[in-house]
Amino acid sequence: MKQKVRIGCGAGFSGDRIEPAAVLVEKGNLDYLVLECLAERTIGLAQKRKAADPTKGYDPMLERRIELLLPLLKKHNVKLLTNMGAANPIAAADKVIEIAKQLGLSVKVAAVTGDDILHMLTGEETAMETGKALSQSGEILSANAYLGADAILPALQTGADIIITGRVADPSLVVAPLVKELGWSLDNTEIIGKATVIGHLMECAGQITGGYFADPVKKPVEGMDRLGHPFVDVGADGKATISKVEDTGGIINLATTKEQLLYEVTNPHEYITPDVVADFTTVGVQLEGIDCVSVNGGGGKQKPVTLKVSVGYKAGFVGEGEISYAGMYALERAQLAGETIRKRIQARFADLRLDYIGCTSVHPPSLGENSHPYEVRLRVAGKAATAAQAALIGEEVEALYTNGPAGGGGVRKYVNEVVGIVSTLIDRNRIKATVTVKST
Amino acid sequence: MKQKLYEIAHSRAGDKGNTLTLSLIPYDEKDFELLCREVTAEKVKEHLREIVRGDIIRYDLPNIAALQFVCQQALGGGVTTSLVMDTHGKTLSYALLEMEIEV
Repeated sequence: MKQKVRIGCGAGFSGDRIEPAAVLVEKGNLDYLVLECLAERTIGLAQKRKAADPTKGYDPMLERRIELLLPLLKKHNVKLLTNMGAANPIAAADKVIEIAKQLGLSVKVAAVTGDDILHMLTGEETAMETGKALSQSGEILSANAYLGADAILPALQTGADIIITGRVADPSLVVAPLVKELGWSLDNTEIIGKATVIGHLMECAGQITGGYFADPVKKPVEGMDRLGHPFVDVGADGKATISKVEDTGGIINLATTKEQLLYEVTNPHEYITPDVVADFTTVGVQLEGIDCVSVNGGGGKQKPVTLKVSVGYKAGFVGEGEISYAGMYALERAQLAGETIRKRIQARFADLRLDYIGCTSVHPPSLGENSHPYEVRLRVAGKAATAAQAALIGEEVEALYTNGPAGGGGVRKYVNEVVGIVSTLIDRNRIKATVTVKST
Repeated sequence: MKQKLYEIAHSRAGDKGNTLTLSLIPYDEKDFELLCREVTAEKVKEHLREIVRGDIIRYDLPNIAALQFVCQQALGGGVTTSLVMDTHGKTLSYALLEMEIEV
């Protein structure tokens, strides 16, 4: 049993940068590297790829991340925990083994499955967001229960170098190795609450080192271009110290830590995960030095008897088109273009949206209406049942070149399939997590 | 004297389904009491009336001298199916910081 364990987090979402994880493994003196790569919607899209090809359905960046990291992980004796398995952790494990063989490395991989409960759904379960049956949202694509540290621990106990999961609660990726290495009990709600606070602070990687934080006037951050990702040292008493590799860019201070502590927290008294109901209102943070904070306090209550299930459903298509106007009365010309399009296509789109980028596209008129910028970009977006119908939006925006106001330019058009997400709850006793070990 | 929240505090936006979370953290912990007094859930609801359709709950965290506003029905039906550009509401921290208070 260790007195202290060091965990780095090298990715906080599926599209995160690859290099910071390599820096962590090379120079961070880590015991574990965590890569959190699974957003709510990602798994629905992954399920579609798996349906088309049973050897796919894992994170699309898995190959690139593993090819870069695997030699470093082996050289520095760092274990990897990641949810890059997405809809297909077994296929992800196979792919890692294949890459290891190509690189001439020996590796043991453990895949955690059991989160995919699509076969257990009837469609009659109630969606928490709508209060109606799940099936009424649309054709269901995926259903994944959020597994906890109890599902990851058996994989760690196999001695695998790499643990790949599908849907697990993000903090559990940090809680599980802490429990294993520091000899904690999953039934100790106080310590699991502290571990969950630590996991929550780490799970978004660069968001505690100056990412999603920097403001050149009020919150300047040095070296954004080489932003380092964080690591945490945790002792057996649950006290944690968060820092980053020397000479990387970014900043860790009380302000970055407080912002991340509250990020996406809808009730700081009861932060619910599969491991615990954590209390964030007793957490204390202290500055220990340059780019170094300590975290103490926090606690928790008994874990819930249900697990949250994230259900992906087909929600049709979104078509978009954009066009720019600049110079005198740019906004007025953009507005004429927008209203012209609305009249041309509103009969064919139940849900149509006009945005004036530069004025009122992400904040409403009550905040941005007085701005008259030199240039304005019109965005038209609408929902459609088919890709072909969604494409009409971009086509109409493009046609503004010769059928719209003066001086419109720079048209871009997009069609995207939409996966909607609703949630439901399932009795955790119905979920059986399984570990599958593969070796080179 | 009126002052924008931006001058004395920072904020981060987060999302859970159709719910928006906005932290409000003073640069100087001494301003925590001022924020508690001036930035009530009701005033934030009025300021964000075109964004937040549902209730706003304010949680006070004196342990880190911060406030957390949890805003229901704020993301156009939820991240996944909304037509808005910023589906996660990530820019909305700066909408809160536009609010003016008496200092």
